[in-house]
Order: sequence, then C-alpha cells, then structure tokens
Amino acid sequence: MAIKTEAIGKEWPATTYEVGKEKIGEYARVVGLENPVHFDRDAAKGAGYRDVVAPPMFCVVYSSPALAPAMFDPEVGMNFAAMVHGGQEFEWGEPACSGDEITTSAKCLEIYEKDGKGFYVFETNSVNQDGGQVVRGTWTNIVRGV
Amino acid sequence: MAELNAGDQIAELRVTPDKYLPHRYAGASGDFNPIHIDPEFAKAVGLPSTILHGLYMMGLVARASTEAADGDPRALKRLSVQFRGMGAPETEIVVTGTVKSVEGGRAVIDTVAAQGENQTIRNAEAEVAL
Repeated sequence: MAIKTEAIGKEWPATTYEVGKEKIGEYARVVGLENPVHFDRDAAKGAGYRDVVAPPMFCVVYSSPALAPAMFDPEVGMNFAAMVHGGQEFEWGEPACSGDEITTSAKCLEIYEKDGKGFYVFETNSVNQDGGQVVRGTWTNIVRGV
Repeated sequence: MAELNAGDQIAELRVTPDKYLPHRYAGASGDFNPIHIDPEFAKAVGLPSTILHGLYMMGLVARASTEAADGDPRALKRLSVQFRGMGAPETEIVVTGTVKSVEGGRAVIDTVAAQGENQTIRNAEAEVAL
C-alpha cells in the first residue's frame, strides 16, 4: 500500500500558551528537578531570569497543542494503533518564563516509507511575545505496516 | 563553570519512577494517552502493561545533560533522541553520557537511558553551553 504524501509542507494554525509559575513547578517536580529557579521567583530573578523559568523540556507542554491537529489530520492519515514516537529533537533559544505568551506553529516536514514503515516528521516553531525564538522541535512518528 | 573534556563521563543519573509517575507526568505534560495510564488498555493493544512516556525519559536525559553543565537550564541548547525501547514504571532508569567533543564553548554529549539491558533512549545527543 502506498503511503499518502500530499500533506508534506502543510501548515496548521498556530496556538498560544501562557506559561504559569505553578505549571512550571508541577513539571519540574515530576522530572525530579530541584533547582530553585523553577520554583522560586526571587531565585529565578537572582539568576538573571525575568521570572520563574521553565525547564527546557517544558517545551512539550506549550508546543504539543499546536501539533495535535496535525497528528489527527485525515490528510496526514496516520494509523494511531500502529504508531510509535520514534525520535525527537529540540533546539532552544530564549528561555520560557512564567508570564510569557508563547505562540507555536506546526508544519509537516516529511512523510516517507522505509522498510515497510511510514515516517511522519513534523516541525513546531515557538516564539515568545517579543518575537524571540524560544524553541524549534522536530517530531518523528513511525507507523508500522504501512 | 562546568569543566568538560572530550571523553569524560558525565555523572550518572539513576531514577526509579513509581507506579503512579506516568499519571503525574500525564497531568504535568497534558499527554493522557491511555497506554501510559491504563493497564487494561495497554494490554489490549499488545503491550505488557502501561509504559513510560518517551518524553518523560527524554526529560531525564535533559536533566542529566543540564546537570553536567552545572544545572543552569539555559545551558541546554539542543537535544536530539531516538526512542528505541519501551520504558516500564517501577524499574530503575540509568542515564549515562560521554562527552563527544568540546568546541567554541559548547560540549556535545552522547547519552543513553536504559533499564537494565533495555536501552529505551539511544543515539541521544545533547549540546550544552559551558
């Protein structure tokens, strides 16, 4: 069965997420981070941040909502029952701090077939309220038996 | 300032996620895929039981890489991983890493996250500012 590739290059509407102090703390505790810059405003400011700063991987929290419509788009046509998250890359710029409004756009970079598996590669790009580049993500999903 | 040289091993990170960790990670991240939180659903789709979120394990790799650069979250500039094995709750995860190169104030660290012989994350490459 040939894999559908017409969604390559497709872009989806951007989403905006306002970063909050307690949400940062919740995420930081789950991954076991203890650096007070993730919990305490004074500690964060003392370290040169505008406010409590998110751990780098908190980017999944504010960038995933932009990706969801791409993943479920029938034009992409991913078979979720046979899908695994194969790979992930993030490249960070400006830190994300409490109070920031981060806008993320999503795009389909590649769809291809290799060894009977479908590879679906998406890119998310997140910028803050000042237009500063916060993070770029490359998300690779692999679908068995395409 | 962190002193890293090519060939150095970074400090090993050992974490044993408890039974309910995937629930807390789901809440923190917003990823409520039932394969991570519902054992019956997980078994119905052919898994041994619930599995850890890959992005949680990537979070541990990010933590180990950041700690190698003295723990400032700004230090982590890039992280690229491949998810190659399923992670299970209630089993120790060991994150290890070796500094591959140091150039222009940046170090590249090769990392692996494993549960025993099962490498859940491999070919991970972190770039940190020194």
